[in-house]
Amino acid sequence: MPAGVVIAGAGQGGFQVAASLRSEGYDSAITLIGEEPGLPYQRPPLSKAFMAGKQEIEAARLRPEAFYRDQRIDLLMGERAVHIDHANRRVELASGGHVPYSHLVLATGARNRLLPLEREVCYLRTREEAIGLRERLEGAREILIIGGGFIGLEIAAVARSLGKRVLVVEAQGRLMARVVAPVLSEFYRDLHLSQGVEFVFGTAEREIAEYRADLVVAGIGVLPNVELAESCGLAVADGIVVDEYLRTANPDIYAIGDCASHPNRYAGGRTRIESVQNAVDQARSVAAGIVGRPHPYDAVPWFWTDQFHIKLQMVGLSQGCDRSVARGNPESEKFSVFYFRQNRLIAIDSINRPADHMVGRKLLAAGTRLTPEQARDLDLDLRELV
Amino acid sequence: MSLFKRTPKPTANVTYISSAGEQREIAVPIGSSVMEGAVNNGVSGIVAECGGACMCATCHVYVDESWLDKLQPIAEDEEEMLNNTFCKRQPNSRLGCQVHLTEELDGLVVTTPEAQQ
Repeated sequence: MPAGVVIAGAGQGGFQVAASLRSEGYDSAITLIGEEPGLPYQRPPLSKAFMAGKQEIEAARLRPEAFYRDQRIDLLMGERAVHIDHANRRVELASGGHVPYSHLVLATGARNRLLPLEREVCYLRTREEAIGLRERLEGAREILIIGGGFIGLEIAAVARSLGKRVLVVEAQGRLMARVVAPVLSEFYRDLHLSQGVEFVFGTAEREIAEYRADLVVAGIGVLPNVELAESCGLAVADGIVVDEYLRTANPDIYAIGDCASHPNRYAGGRTRIESVQNAVDQARSVAAGIVGRPHPYDAVPWFWTDQFHIKLQMVGLSQGCDRSVARGNPESEKFSVFYFRQNRLIAIDSINRPADHMVGRKLLAAGTRLTPEQARDLDLDLRELV
Repeated sequence: MSLFKRTPKPTANVTYISSAGEQREIAVPIGSSVMEGAVNNGVSGIVAECGGACMCATCHVYVDESWLDKLQPIAEDEEEMLNNTFCKRQPNSRLGCQVHLTEELDGLVVTTPEAQQ
């Protein structure tokens, strides 16, 4: 019997490796090591349904305890892998023990970038932080949110819906600037303004201390957790460096999810993607590789965010676009933005147009040619092109 | 105290039938969804990649015809997602994450498609 698979990190990706290994018929030991206490859970609801009080924390749990027992997945929660002993093929644990592996998967995720501020700042990534923030939110009246990205805006929407006064300060000149087209930034600014959220753009960090608030929340991006890999000599360059099979230079050690810098044809090179889709699909690739049916990771990236009554669904990677066109009218709150680079479709962002999003996944995966004029033409059924 | 302390809730029985005809009857808490009932009890045939956000169309089920008029109506986003399921949409297709159990749905029968993605 081989020693089994050890997975460092019990987030969405780590969990999925374990689950997929069993559904692929893997029979040896599986050990899932998670730094946080409690059963593995999903993060997306933390800033959405849970924060809004529409869902209890247990609804975020990925599986009940019985699942791990039935599937023979050993959970080491509240535990941390501190060292990889290549020579003896074992992972050393913070508590002092060690676990042998025949394959090791690094799914160590990312952590919040912190602000060097001399006032108390809340962050949101973990279940514990979410529980704490929800409590604080109830008692607060004026909330300052630093960062107009997904997390900041999702929290702003929830806080405003709870009747709080909300000010969002953003260093850039527009919202979600790293990922969406200006037309969408404007749409979201107008949406939040119409709901009573206030904004200040182009704020320097040193100015933030001047704003009054009884709760300050920052969502200013994350840093990949690469230290375990780095300390053991694995290559790191904004993420743990892996090939198209998600393998590090050591073929028995894989890295997936938020912490993995992988070749991605949608990015036109190496990238690191922080999303459920990326974590889950990479986990599946790794599980398939471990059971001897390797296939390169090649899934279409997709993402979503819920703010107020609006759902934004994104597919593809829009960075590097040189042209974008809207399908439908933004004023109708039902439209998509199609992004092109050198006349090739690279991404679609959809507001309340899930059909565009779903057909977009197929168009992008297949590399289907689509002109900006076709994208704009509402009389054209995009499904005919698939 | 565990973060996942369980409080017993009234349940509704749901029968999940796989495309191969295997049946499992599960007591699903009222208020949870058909998708959650499956995922929490290891019913294969439902993937639910997005965790119930109506984002991925991988919790597609066929609802036994006799229950259709007791379900909550299909919302606009579910409607569009249903047109993009992996296995073909039928008149009795629903997304499991959008069907929440009520006392009235006790005895519900759903069949999972051959594949979700």
